[in-house]
Amino acid sequence: MIQLTLDNLENFTRGAAFLGTGGGGDPYIGKLMLKHQLEQGKTIKILSPSEIDDDILVCNVLSMGAPTVFVEKVPNGPATLHALRKAEEIIKKKFDAVMPIEAGGVNATIPLVVSALSGLPVIDADGMGRAFPELQMVTYNVGDCNINPIVAVNDFMETAIFNARNSSSGEWLARAVCVRMGGICQMACYPMTGKQIKETAIHNTIKLSFDIGEKIQDARKNKTDPTDAVIEFMKHSKPTRFGKVLFIGKITDLLRETVNGFTRGKLYLKRLSNEDELLVVFQNEFLYAKLNDKILAMVPDLICAMDNESGEPITTDGLRYGQRIKIVSISVPPVMRSIKALDLFGPKAFGLDFDYVPLENL
Amino acid sequence: MRIGVDVGGTNTDAALMDGRTVVDAVKSVTTEDTGLGIIEAVSKILDKTKILPNQLEAIMIGTTQFTNAFVENKRLEKVAVVRLGHPATISVPPCIDFSINLRKILGENFWILPGGYEFDGRNLGDWTEEKVKKVAHEIASEGIKYIAVSCVFSPINEKQEIKTAKIIKKIIPEAIITMSHRIGRVGFIERENATIMNSSLGYLANKVVTSFNVALNKLKIKCPFYISQNDGTLMAANLVKNYPVLTFASGPTNSMRGAAFLSGYKNAIVVDIGGTTTDFGVIKEGFPRESSLPVDIGGVRTNFRMPDLVSIGLGGGSLIQSYNNNITVGPESVGFKLTTESLIFGGKILTASDIAISHGLANFGDRNKISHLDKNTVVKAIKLIKGMIEEGIDRVKLNKDPVPVILVGGGNILVEDNLEGAQEVIVPEYSDVANAIGASLAQAGGEIDKIYSYSDIGREKSIELAKTDAIQRARQAGAKEETISIIELEEIPLTYLPSGAVRLHVKAVGDLF
Repeated sequence: MIQLTLDNLENFTRGAAFLGTGGGGDPYIGKLMLKHQLEQGKTIKILSPSEIDDDILVCNVLSMGAPTVFVEKVPNGPATLHALRKAEEIIKKKFDAVMPIEAGGVNATIPLVVSALSGLPVIDADGMGRAFPELQMVTYNVGDCNINPIVAVNDFMETAIFNARNSSSGEWLARAVCVRMGGICQMACYPMTGKQIKETAIHNTIKLSFDIGEKIQDARKNKTDPTDAVIEFMKHSKPTRFGKVLFIGKITDLLRETVNGFTRGKLYLKRLSNEDELLVVFQNEFLYAKLNDKILAMVPDLICAMDNESGEPITTDGLRYGQRIKIVSISVPPVMRSIKALDLFGPKAFGLDFDYVPLENL
Repeated sequence: MRIGVDVGGTNTDAALMDGRTVVDAVKSVTTEDTGLGIIEAVSKILDKTKILPNQLEAIMIGTTQFTNAFVENKRLEKVAVVRLGHPATISVPPCIDFSINLRKILGENFWILPGGYEFDGRNLGDWTEEKVKKVAHEIASEGIKYIAVSCVFSPINEKQEIKTAKIIKKIIPEAIITMSHRIGRVGFIERENATIMNSSLGYLANKVVTSFNVALNKLKIKCPFYISQNDGTLMAANLVKNYPVLTFASGPTNSMRGAAFLSGYKNAIVVDIGGTTTDFGVIKEGFPRESSLPVDIGGVRTNFRMPDLVSIGLGGGSLIQSYNNNITVGPESVGFKLTTESLIFGGKILTASDIAISHGLANFGDRNKISHLDKNTVVKAIKLIKGMIEEGIDRVKLNKDPVPVILVGGGNILVEDNLEGAQEVIVPEYSDVANAIGASLAQAGGEIDKIYSYSDIGREKSIELAKTDAIQRARQAGAKEETISIIELEEIPLTYLPSGAVRLHVKAVGDLF
């Protein structure tokens, strides 16, 4: 069990920003929401999947929407709790815990806010092991978990309930409502049992955020390179994960649009010493990185932007013309590279016209 | 002719400039009433150079007072925060990331009212005049004069903030109101934070600008006077009364630009050693390298553009202490009391300056008062100081290659010129007043904030047009053609308008002199 405190909060949200791979909304906002709860004396308990019974009932809670909207229209915690309660009414059962659908970005923090508001514990597992832009892009679907009911709630507690024929359709329908709800909505979906979590979710990814955040902070304290510290740490994690720095350079152009409830864009970087140009394409999260004409990394492997000096992870909303940053890539665990998993969140799932090649082979 | 003035925590410096030539410079002590220090410094330089007040074209003042006041939580006012955005945003109340002490000082007077906009320009909550009036009366009964108004998505539409401010002003005529769209860009929390910071400095800003005015009047100086902003451009002094927050970090910007000018180097590391702290920064093509992260000021996150700096607690006034053969330098400092408390000036405290003089790096004060110092201690301390500087240089470097290092600030006497990692060490003439010179070298800026249609003329063409317009405006404001560059480029898609409307914000700046 981990307990969230005012002391470890910053490490957690920094790690979640890293796993957000540029998107997922800036967990800074989540940090502030959690700080507000902790200051009021609320407690937040996080349980590892190894600590739970097979028959408990857990619900995924999240915010859906465009990161460019999150930074202005700060999400609303009570609305997320409202979505959870609506889901309970529909299935006529009470939930024993909540969990994040994704380990990266602001959605890593939302279940913790709901935990503070409801007293329910958080399960340390998620469906993405990072952040992805769409609801069906979860390992739950490698198993046979049902996304329904999907409950979407806006700031005014206006509620939409979906009973979708599959998770992709659920994503498609909910996204349309999300746009009408003002670019973000609060959501509950994928009710799961403890057994399903053990079989289909990616485990201990909240703990991973705490660890990554701590490694970055320690490296700064010890005056070593935070990026190297994270790459080294991931190498020794179980299973071992490969990482490398793809590019160090200055942002020369940045295209960003809010389209159909997503933030889509392109980031161009130039090296300080020569004319090499790196292109990083994103849909909420970074999708692939291309140096001149060669692809260096692609989804689902993690692609992250870090401040050149401090190693602070930067989300696509935090990117600015002229910044000097590092682009880093880390491989995902083998469960996220199976054929079925790649069908859900490999390059083709994003409409890209190339096949997945693991980071190590590029 | 013009005068650049730097009002620092310890010294007030003035430099008389003729175009790009430094005519002369003086140092004097910063006083409690900063105006007196300015009178002292400016009259000193006028006397010394035999220049008459009516020969002056402009006075440019750089001041860290507002930054310092905020960082030290001193001389701040109670602030009422009126946020338009309910029912969104309620999970993050205003000032949540401010220190407990700051929150106490500012008073935690918050109102979150229905209002704000959606990303597509529709109304979010139902803004009503009645609710704003009710809040205005509550603020009035609390007796709060400084008011911050923030609104969700005000960078795409500022109307609600303006309406709200007007209503409050009617009910509280003496209110000093800051609207968030005048302070920052997209990023609600950071923009609101900066707005609150600005409000908290309202009283001090008025006092400081008034004292500057009084000082210049006494000196019979009638030329316009300006205050440096964080982007290196100038603001008419009377505007600073309303926007003190925009002067944040102008100090480091001025010192780095001053260092680049004095040394003639376009690419170098600048080490500014003051009385208490040393700042390390990088100039790239003559401009300070900017931080790519949101910048914390006094622990509060903002989205200002600021030079990327490393600061350490080392300066001319740093305390040298020894415990069982272990010597420490700083971070405590005697600060502006150097001239009374350090050994060379007859005080009782061993400071970094005493060590430097004992080692023969400089010559001021009374050498006899340090003749008793243990040689070993001096050598050790000198080595330690050198190591701290070298480490700072290494931290701001982009790669291992040696680079030129420019030393500025009054504390540059603390170091010898053989620094590791430095290709060469440059201590230019007037380096101890680099800040004041940087202030006088202010830049002129041109800004464009306009809606373009991407589906009509395309993105590339739109950006090119906006850039050309911004450059044109900078040129009209007096910027020299060959020095103009684009420092800000922001695209805000306005999806609520048809035909791919995008709001482009572009800022160009260039040297005036």
